[in-house]
Amino acid sequence: MEEKKKPKIIPAKTPVPEQAPLARRSNFKEVSLGYTKELALEEASRCFGCKNRPCVGGCPVGVPIPEFIAFLKAGEFQKAINKIKETNLLPAVCGRVCPQENQCEKFCTLAKKHEAVAIGRLERFAADWERENGKGGTPPLPPPTGKKVAVVGSGPAGLTCAYDLAKQGHKVFIFEALHAPGGVLFYGIPEFRLPKDIVRREIESLRKMGVEIVTNAVIGKLITVDELLDDYDAVFISTGAGLPKFMNIEGENLNGVYSANEFLTRVNLMRAYQFPEYDTPIRVGERVAVVGGGNVAMDAARNALRLGAREVTLVYRRSEVELPARKEEVHHAREEGVRFELCVNPARIIGGNGWVEAIECVRMDLCEADESGRRSPKPITGSEFQIPVDTVIMAIGTGANPLVPQNTKGLALTKRGYIAADEETGKTSREGIYAGGDIVTGSATVISAMGAGRRAARAIHKYLSGEK
Amino acid sequence: MSAKIIEKKLIRPPDVFYYKVSAPLISKKARPGQFVIIRLNEKGERIPLSLADINPEEGTISLIVMAIGKTTSEMATMKAGDEILDLCGPLGQPTHIEKTGKVVLVGGGFGVAPLYPIAKAFKAAGNEVVTVMGARSRDLLVYEKEMNAVCDRVVVTTDDGSRGIKGPVTAALEQELSKGGADLVMAVGPAIMMKFVCRTTEPFKVKTIVSLNTIMIDGTGMCGGCRVRVGGETKFACADGPDFDGHLVDWDMLLGRQKMYVAQEKESFEAWKKRHAHAVSEGE
Ligand SMILES: Cc1cc2nc3c(=O)[nH]c(=O)nc-3n(C[C@H](O)[C@H](O)[C@H](O)COP(=O)(O)OP(=O)(O)OC[C@H]3O[C@@H](n4cnc5c(N)ncnc54)[C@H](O)[C@@H]3O)c2cc1C
Ligand SMILES: Cc1cc2nc3c(=O)[nH]c(=O)nc-3n(C[C@H](O)[C@H](O)[C@H](O)COP(=O)(O)OP(=O)(O)OC[C@H]3O[C@@H](n4cnc5c(N)ncnc54)[C@H](O)[C@@H]3O)c2cc1C
Ligand code: FES
Repeated sequence: MEEKKKPKIIPAKTPVPEQAPLARRSNFKEVSLGYTKELALEEASRCFGCKNRPCVGGCPVGVPIPEFIAFLKAGEFQKAINKIKETNLLPAVCGRVCPQENQCEKFCTLAKKHEAVAIGRLERFAADWERENGKGGTPPLPPPTGKKVAVVGSGPAGLTCAYDLAKQGHKVFIFEALHAPGGVLFYGIPEFRLPKDIVRREIESLRKMGVEIVTNAVIGKLITVDELLDDYDAVFISTGAGLPKFMNIEGENLNGVYSANEFLTRVNLMRAYQFPEYDTPIRVGERVAVVGGGNVAMDAARNALRLGAREVTLVYRRSEVELPARKEEVHHAREEGVRFELCVNPARIIGGNGWVEAIECVRMDLCEADESGRRSPKPITGSEFQIPVDTVIMAIGTGANPLVPQNTKGLALTKRGYIAADEETGKTSREGIYAGGDIVTGSATVISAMGAGRRAARAIHKYLSGEK
Repeated sequence: MSAKIIEKKLIRPPDVFYYKVSAPLISKKARPGQFVIIRLNEKGERIPLSLADINPEEGTISLIVMAIGKTTSEMATMKAGDEILDLCGPLGQPTHIEKTGKVVLVGGGFGVAPLYPIAKAFKAAGNEVVTVMGARSRDLLVYEKEMNAVCDRVVVTTDDGSRGIKGPVTAALEQELSKGGADLVMAVGPAIMMKFVCRTTEPFKVKTIVSLNTIMIDGTGMCGGCRVRVGGETKFACADGPDFDGHLVDWDMLLGRQKMYVAQEKESFEAWKKRHAHAVSEGE
């Protein structure tokens, strides 16, 4: 080694300022306040800038992590954010919601013995710094190519694909079913994790690049994909996995039982937390049970607290280690007072006069993973117990909305109803039709949806340029 | 996409309004039995409204709205030339139209309005179309003239006998079925009326289609708030419906779920009335 001096190891992440748990339980403001300049510099100094860059391999879009952190160390914040943006269109979003512990940070050299470098927090710092100080601006655009592309759905996959195609000079129209663009970033992920202003700004900068966004346009109903192909040179389908699943247990249709999608849509998209200033109502009551263990379940539980519930219990059929949510969200939910009933599954929902009164659960055996991975939990007979509740929120996953597939002839689907598309290019069974994001993979992550949008944009650009 | 109101009139005082709205794309795609979702302004709720007429040549759709709460009353204050902030559609499955023989349409209150395009379509498909329409009294009847123009026969009933047969629509329907039978019955109106129409048709074993009015948000199958039980299965009224076989519908669940927000709806309406009264007096 020709290193002059060994870098000093700082074992723990620089803590990030947060709203205190008790205070934030009753507001919708962002929980994590983000690093200050000083804290960011301190955290950046923990990075060795390893030559083999294991973290980059863990990032689904290959953000040049050591390089951007090196710019941060040097105080060159604009250069740092420019570096990130070479591969990541939405750093302010990803810095906040990516499951870093399973991606970049998992592979960090420091993480072998200590805590990983807080890559997500640094990414967020760089993005927020630019929003406040930098010259955001839009990238220079080449002369128009005269080609037109239709993007269906305005979640992270659609937004990324649109951005990359616009950057190549193609004219892009995004069609969105709801009245506001952003997909799950807008209607699903709560304000206290991802302020909607950030999403709005990202969408505004797309508009500035000439991307047209048509809202209230349900493709498959108002216009079919085939009709889009008459007017556009290519179509990218990124409609997400928005079909809520229910458990098909007794009592699921009682008043007071919500799908997480409905609950979160009322709160985020319709702003029911500001009722009656905003028209859309929501009912939470005193006690709430949330069924599920993913990010969606954590979001629903923490929203319920903020809407005034006194007691929120999360019911999950496996054990702690298998909770699919981001570690940070689980930690935050606990701090805020969400109760966890693990290795427990709902058996039925009990009601009176049409309203929920309790949820009956059963304890599960074999709910912890063994060497071979996941076992199937089995109910323990006689272990039934009831939790009295006013509201039950089902956050047990979503499936593919059949609207577009049903109305598009010859589009090959997977067994579970998702669109069959090539992983590298997003090509579907129909010429000129590409697909990516949750509608191809099933519920995944923001960053993987963005990656799919980016790869499809590359393939569509080639297709439009006549390369095969 | 926002949409301009081209024409508005009060068709049944004091609270039922007719709106003609500019919607070129929707009017080309919409089929009888489908609906739209509107949001009036930034703070507004999304509410579903049936298509009371579809005019692709003109590029318009018509809506008939009864002002019963906050959003519908706010809409009642809008004028021709005003813009509806969000108009989304066409949503839901179109009514299944085919030649079956004799079709009896049953409309309660302003539920007759969405039956108008459906009546036209059944007629055009070569059916004999009879409409049984009812209201509490003659002043509350809507679309009688329009229905007369497109149906073979229109039977009118009023609870107080001020026009047509005295009594509920179900009594007139029962008479119609015992006299001449029917190959298909379709009912649109308040859930409670549709429930009793289904009770009436059951002994006659006539297939009865109903158009369910659950509470909705997105209208695309994304939230499940509109779920109903039909034949023991959970269905989403916005995506799988709104039309279903009425003999298979769990009516009590539907009626119960419609009441989920009664308290909040009242609160919202009262708050709006106050703001509105204030705005009106400021304007004077
Ligand atoms: C509550 C919640 C919390 C989450 N938290 C995280 C997290 O912390 N970190 C993370 O990485 N991931 C998280 N996820 C997952 C992540 O949000 C998704 O994987 C990602 O948004 C998928 O992106 P997408 O572009 O494929 O689809 P979506 O974001 O689902 O967007 C699809 C869009 O298409 C529109 N659409 C659907 N059908 C039509 C149609 N027929 N016509 C026109 N438009 C249509 C929809 O309205 C929607 O706007 C979360 C998801 C949820 C629901
Ligand atoms: C498929 C469908 C078609 C409809 N067509 C028509 C129509 O053509 N003309 C018409 O006047 N009305 C129609 N309705 C009913 C209309 O949507 C409600 O009257 C309206 O939402 C009431 O809103 P509000 O704020 O004025 O009253 P509120 O006081 O908020 O509600 C009054 C009642 O309307 C129902 N309702 C409330 N919010 C919703 C909602 N978001 N979605 C559905 N129902 C709701 C509830 O049962 C409630 O008790 C239709 C409903 C459905 C589902
Ligand atoms: S209204 Fe949301 S699924 Fe039907």
